[in-house]
Amino acid sequence: MVLEVKQPRPMWEILFSTHHTDIGLLYVYLSVTALIIGGALAMAIRVELFVPGPGTLIPDSNTFHRIFTVHGTNMLFLWLIPFASGIGNYLIPIMVRYKDMAWPKLNAVAFWMIPVGAALVWLGFADTTWNAYPPYSIIRAPGPAAEMWIFGLKILGISSVLGAINFVVTILKMKHPDLPLMKTSLFVWSTLVTSIMIIVAIPTFAAALIMLYTDRLGVSGFFNPAMGGDPIAYQHLFWFTFHPEVYIFLIPAVGMLYEIIPKFSRKPIFSYQSGVAAFVLLALVGFASWAHHMYSTGMSFTEKTVFMVGTLAAVPASAMHVFNWIATMWGGRIKFAAPMSWGVGGIVLFFYAGAGGIVNTAMPLDFLTHDSYWVVGHFHLFVAGMVTMAFIGFIHYMFPFITGRMYNERAAMVSFWLFFAGLSIVFLTQHILGLYGQPRRVYDYVPVQPLIIMNQIASVGGWMAGVGAAVFIYNMITSAFKGKPAKMNDPFAIGEQYYDYARREPHH
Amino acid sequence: MGHATIEWIYIGVVIAVLVYVGADAWNVERLLDVSNAPAEAEVVKVTGQQWLWTFEHEDGKKEISELHLVKGKPYRFEVTSIDVIHAFNMPDFATLIDAVPGRINTVWLVPDQSGEYLIQCREYCGFSHYQMRAKLIVEEPTGGSNVTKAAAEIPSKGVTAVSS
Repeated sequence: MVLEVKQPRPMWEILFSTHHTDIGLLYVYLSVTALIIGGALAMAIRVELFVPGPGTLIPDSNTFHRIFTVHGTNMLFLWLIPFASGIGNYLIPIMVRYKDMAWPKLNAVAFWMIPVGAALVWLGFADTTWNAYPPYSIIRAPGPAAEMWIFGLKILGISSVLGAINFVVTILKMKHPDLPLMKTSLFVWSTLVTSIMIIVAIPTFAAALIMLYTDRLGVSGFFNPAMGGDPIAYQHLFWFTFHPEVYIFLIPAVGMLYEIIPKFSRKPIFSYQSGVAAFVLLALVGFASWAHHMYSTGMSFTEKTVFMVGTLAAVPASAMHVFNWIATMWGGRIKFAAPMSWGVGGIVLFFYAGAGGIVNTAMPLDFLTHDSYWVVGHFHLFVAGMVTMAFIGFIHYMFPFITGRMYNERAAMVSFWLFFAGLSIVFLTQHILGLYGQPRRVYDYVPVQPLIIMNQIASVGGWMAGVGAAVFIYNMITSAFKGKPAKMNDPFAIGEQYYDYARREPHH
Repeated sequence: MGHATIEWIYIGVVIAVLVYVGADAWNVERLLDVSNAPAEAEVVKVTGQQWLWTFEHEDGKKEISELHLVKGKPYRFEVTSIDVIHAFNMPDFATLIDAVPGRINTVWLVPDQSGEYLIQCREYCGFSHYQMRAKLIVEEPTGGSNVTKAAAEIPSKGVTAVSS
């Protein structure tokens, strides 16, 4: 499977292409660029919090708020979602044995909406936080930044819905007739389930964004208590989209691990059926837990109980995936090449994140952890730990197939250990910071010894992860130009079959 | 496949742990629910605004950025906001509730330790969110409070030694 590198092609040919691998490549470039920018913002945050007192690096609190808002928005909507779409673009048509995505032009349109949305988010530099809770976001947040954020998210939402429709149709209608759905790769299942979740979840937030915008204009008062609105209604709409969205970030990473782990363990997947069942279960139950983000808004005991049960019900599905991976690795001849190492590191952090999540959803404990640094540590273990590490592992895995060259294995392992150790230090420490009561989204903290020390440990961990990510990027760029030519039929020397149905259709 | 048994055992163990966590959480939260607040609890009205806290006691006494409570006495906090959402948080007493404009949220507490503690805002609310703090001062009960009154009513034999 040589996807790209037959010969170097002029940039414009890739930019104006509607071929699925070209669009996949554009998605990957864009999302990795977003990862670099978002990572730089995170480094700035950790410098600011290294010592107590304002103005360590960032001159005022408003700039700080803008930085963490754009860091969050950027990482979720410009790194995680586009990257999953990019890999889906590469692999889904190949895995379902079709010549391209179902609608190649729609595919290109969906991609090219992202730079527009990205420009709005980056140039606006809003300070609303990525949740943009009203009334702050409608009566106090400075414009035009907040308007640009709203329109940016609107465009990114439409783009991901278009992409999701394309994936669903490609998988269900364009699949080769000889290939039953239950024989497709689990990555196909993960993309299918994710896409259906996007189509179901995003419209709610799309509506909420419009309401937010008209509220900002002052022509409506959906969420403005001064006009009889209810700010908590926004939180329901928001989390009805964004709790499932957590699984939308997660499930593609799970699908990628189902590609990596059996290959590098040189064993078949322990249980294909259980993987499919867990995907479907997670997609269904994932919609039953959104208000666990809102216990402290004054919900009644009954409501809290309902959403706690809904949240706990989603845990067995995730636990089934972890079991499946461990059982696949068990007794296998594992080769800890870079893709496998990144993936297994992600699974370790996924376990910590899940354990922390159970603490969060237990109602009395949530009042200790909610809106504290605990939560920051918790969800970063998911999105930066599990999902990002699986994604970076998959970049290493795809690298020879895309470039025809091999990355530097030693540099890849150095970047893995720095990133993994750094993430563990920063985010596990942040859990403890939260238990000490440090709220999230603060420009400064009470200058007492335990908080200072733990913030400094967290910053050092954060910088370690930053250096690891920099080594990874450097490795990818230099190896793409100067790496050793890869042995295309088995670049990782593990004696496995990759995708034996090579692509023959010409670019169009 | 033939591997199903071990997976079912594993899922069973996971579910058992979850059921335990859920049941225990349900049980504790039920006791902490505001309907269980003591009837004689003093109502303190807490108002958040960008970027300070105002407290109004039952007797009409108002405090800004400082809250005086008495150890061992039950309190009901009626929390609201006049502009954006804040969150009323006393981390040392594990008390947290959002201050939402247009709503009154209630939370109760019996402070069990005297001393000076932190009150802070835990929901992002703009420019000075990080500085939206107040001081919580929990005082030892003095002559007039419920606890000493109750102690005084107990027949004097055993109490005299304690009352210093």
